[in-house]
Amino acid sequence: MVATPVPTAETTAPRTPAVRRGRRRRRRLETRDIIVLSVVVGLTVIIDLALIWGTSIASIFLSFTAYEGIGTPRYVGTTNYHNLFTIDPTFWPAFEHNVLWLAFLGLVATPLGLLMAVLLDRQLRFSRFYQSSLYLPVTLSFAVVGFLVQLVGSADQGVINAILGRTHGNGIDFIGNPHLNIWLALAFAGWRHTGYVMIIYLAGLKSVDPALKEAAIVDGASPVQTFFRVVFPTMRPINVIILVITVIEALRAFDLVYVINGGRNGLELLAVMVVDNIIGEASRIGYGSAVAVILLILTTGFVITYLTQILRREESR
Amino acid sequence: MTTVATDASSTDGRPATRPGRQVPVHKHRTRPARMVLHAFLWFMAILWILPIFLLLYASLRPYAETQKDGYFSLPHKLNLDYYSQAWTGGSMGRHFLNTLYVAIPGVIITLFLASFLAFALTRVKIPFRRTLLVLFTAGNLLPPQIIVTPLYTLYYNVHLPTWLSSSGSVYDTYFGVILIHVAFQTGFCVFVLYNYMLTIPIELTEASIVDGASVWRQYWQVILPVIRPALGALATLEFTWIYNDFLWALVLMTTGDKYPITTSLNNLKQSLYINNNLLAAAAMIVALPSLVVFFALQKQFISGLTLGASKG
Amino acid sequence: MTQSLLTPSQLSRRSLLRGAALGAGVVTVPGLLAACSGGGGSSGGSGGAKQQNITFGSNYSDPTPMKALQAVVDGYTKKSGNTVKVNTVAHNDYQTNITRYLQANPDDVAAWFAGYRMQFFAQKGYLEDISDVWSGLNGFTDALKAASTGADGKQYFVPIYNYTWALFYRKSTFQQKGYQPPKNWDDYIALAKKIKADGGVPIGFSDQDGWPAMGTFDYINMRKNGYQFHVDLMAGKQSWEDQKVKDVFGLWASLFDQGLYQPGANGRTWEQAGTSFAKKEVAMVVFGTPHVALQTPQADHADIGITPFPIIDEANGTDSVEAPIDGFMLPKKAKNKEGGKDLLKYIGTPDAENAYLKVDNSNIAVNSNADTSGYEQLQKDSAALAASAKHISQYLDRDTRPDFAQTVVIKAFQSFIDKHSKSDIDALCKSMQDQAKAIFSQPVS
Repeated sequence: MVATPVPTAETTAPRTPAVRRGRRRRRRLETRDIIVLSVVVGLTVIIDLALIWGTSIASIFLSFTAYEGIGTPRYVGTTNYHNLFTIDPTFWPAFEHNVLWLAFLGLVATPLGLLMAVLLDRQLRFSRFYQSSLYLPVTLSFAVVGFLVQLVGSADQGVINAILGRTHGNGIDFIGNPHLNIWLALAFAGWRHTGYVMIIYLAGLKSVDPALKEAAIVDGASPVQTFFRVVFPTMRPINVIILVITVIEALRAFDLVYVINGGRNGLELLAVMVVDNIIGEASRIGYGSAVAVILLILTTGFVITYLTQILRREESR
Repeated sequence: MTTVATDASSTDGRPATRPGRQVPVHKHRTRPARMVLHAFLWFMAILWILPIFLLLYASLRPYAETQKDGYFSLPHKLNLDYYSQAWTGGSMGRHFLNTLYVAIPGVIITLFLASFLAFALTRVKIPFRRTLLVLFTAGNLLPPQIIVTPLYTLYYNVHLPTWLSSSGSVYDTYFGVILIHVAFQTGFCVFVLYNYMLTIPIELTEASIVDGASVWRQYWQVILPVIRPALGALATLEFTWIYNDFLWALVLMTTGDKYPITTSLNNLKQSLYINNNLLAAAAMIVALPSLVVFFALQKQFISGLTLGASKG
Repeated sequence: MTQSLLTPSQLSRRSLLRGAALGAGVVTVPGLLAACSGGGGSSGGSGGAKQQNITFGSNYSDPTPMKALQAVVDGYTKKSGNTVKVNTVAHNDYQTNITRYLQANPDDVAAWFAGYRMQFFAQKGYLEDISDVWSGLNGFTDALKAASTGADGKQYFVPIYNYTWALFYRKSTFQQKGYQPPKNWDDYIALAKKIKADGGVPIGFSDQDGWPAMGTFDYINMRKNGYQFHVDLMAGKQSWEDQKVKDVFGLWASLFDQGLYQPGANGRTWEQAGTSFAKKEVAMVVFGTPHVALQTPQADHADIGITPFPIIDEANGTDSVEAPIDGFMLPKKAKNKEGGKDLLKYIGTPDAENAYLKVDNSNIAVNSNADTSGYEQLQKDSAALAASAKHISQYLDRDTRPDFAQTVVIKAFQSFIDKHSKSDIDALCKSMQDQAKAIFSQPVS
């Protein structure tokens, strides 16, 4: 292993002296360093390769088979994909809902989480209370969120209908109406996502050198200008985290709709199709794997975007 | 913005760049603006807790009453009966322990492996850095359900001696469940910590590197203290996730007595004799540990204590 | 190693090994095993029989069924002197996990459902033939035996109870308003219209959970097209595009079109529909007995009327009753098969059923020798209905392949509830048939 300690670039504070960079005396790694590195890094990589990548690749193979979870898989060519695209009435709605999910999280919930983090990243009265309130939804188990959605949206007993005075058989069916329920689900998804984004961003904001903000403010910049001109750009790596988290959450979304109505009737999502076919008694594992592969292909797009980001960063060093 | 210079135990022992400089930032802020800010924050906070209050309210009322009057009605009777019922009926004590067997090692191992790897990727020029980064990042993009079947087959076929596992394989062991949590969550944490470390000025660590500290010392004494905010946030999230997980326990274990705390909720939720108020009470109890962890770690990543300030 | 130190479960594992020609050195194990199991339900610590340790996989996770099952287990341990360890998993989770469970590390006896859902696993080779247990059982009708039998003619299942699906109404309301329980479809429609005209909601309905609507479909189908058509359709031998199926959807749609159903079924859980019935907000409901009983206060149970689903074609009358059977099976990978069989033998006795139903009174006994004197009126009516049936069906999701029921039928019915014009029905039937073809073309074993 020819590993040498080097400074990574991405120095965020322009005022700090950068003269020493690159000129530092390089220390060769000693044997014990190499052992520590090899053991810890090696172990982590092996676990990841075996349990995540090995099994994911196995899923790709399974997507070309018919397999009920018992016995041996039988090769069926692209039948699963063909059926998925042509005769499964769930696939396209699920696809569209995933896109909608991504748009909603990306354009509403994530920016809201950022805003809350920025507003709360300061010495403020009740700051802890605000932060805790926003984080609370993240701690709730999904088993109960389904009931909560019921409490809020049910046509017979729901709070919204009670407030609107529609309790006697004329309630708006927020859960059963396939054109309305997706919005209720999105509202709850955003409810959880905001606190999640806020926590990550709060931690990220800790790494911004306050000297930067001070400088900007001394120069007469408003807080908004300070944020957009100084803080936000220096936090590019954290922004990448938030972006990727939003994509993961949107593509993986599953639990919430599953507890509302099993992810059917207007709440179809790709990950639900995976679960329905792979996890449950149905055991159409080959078919479910085909859906999984499509998700895999979709995510690859984001991985490539991310890769180019890294490459650019490496070049700028 | 007032930067509070509290953390005197400066981690790397270097003199602070701007020792104890206090800048009264909000001078220009007028009182009304502050009022608007607080009004907005109160509005958000209340909007966010309101649904949880609904749950809490439901959990205090008898099911027969809410069945009769609906959930949006004034109470006749409020009590904590469902809490004690949920605790004993759901065998919560045992399932709590089961969850901790998985969650505590899971979180610690994950954060250790991930932070070391992120450190190795950013501060030591190990080979294949880019490949490793992509490997871990891409791995955590997938919905975990995808790998259930191959993983199950793998676990089932890896044999362990019977004194280690009554099933004779990794299947139906805590070890297997911890391992998959570690594998999945490490990907996510490496990704977050790698990016986080990029934002940390290199000057923070370079002194000790020049001093010729070993890789382990650099990691343990220099990097770990610096990434505390990120570790705090991740520990909070990871604990919540692993704690609330049911998928892996369900598909990788068969013994009901080993199932995690979420199983108590599932039992109630799937009950034919479903009593949503009891379920709400149980959910309140189950949410408590996640909240405790959040409050315990909150100071690591919030309340105006910034990295820069901690140098002072 | 001396044999006296072996525990029974080790013994059976040994015998498995021996079967695989690996444990050539182990002798006289079969003799000991026979001694262990020979006593049957009455072995009670007699002779040299060693105490057995049996594990029991259960999805009876609700408090009452859990207690009821424990009563059965207690009865068994008292009688046999064996110990039984019950492994309880929440029932949906148990069902979700069944394939992995049976394959890897199952208990010696496992809870499951009769009919196709059991046969599926028998055909896959994951259940042990228990015909020898059945040869010692009395009090089961041929219909019950058939429901416990696999495609190969061997028995794989011991039933413990069942429950009937029917049309439920409130006696007091009907008496007060002078309504009569409907005998045939026309009566049903006429009555529902009258209730509506009187300002009531005629028929309660829910399908957010995905399964409640299946009961109505099954009944219209069996009343209209007969039991055999139901069986063939479920087995993939009849097309969903058949006019007969479209007629079923057509009749069903007329209930929606005339506004006789409680609206918004897709957004209502079965508990909410049950609650509506209990509060007399709806006049009638098609449900299983426990679903109605559980949401209605005990004091009102006597007021619940039960009547067969109305006749549609006189040729079929009300000859079919939907009465799902729950029971137990012996996984092929069980570690202590002899013990498992012994326990199953006990479960097949009237004593076991009595012990169970004494605690859980929302179901009815399947063994004709069971004690029914403690039944409440609703149970009596429910049992009489089941006894009158020529054919017992198991419910749609137990009579067909799980992959078809779970991934196709639920969504199709919900979409039907949402949209049910004639052209919608045609499109729906085509879509269902396309998917059925894709699924049924893949052989089970």
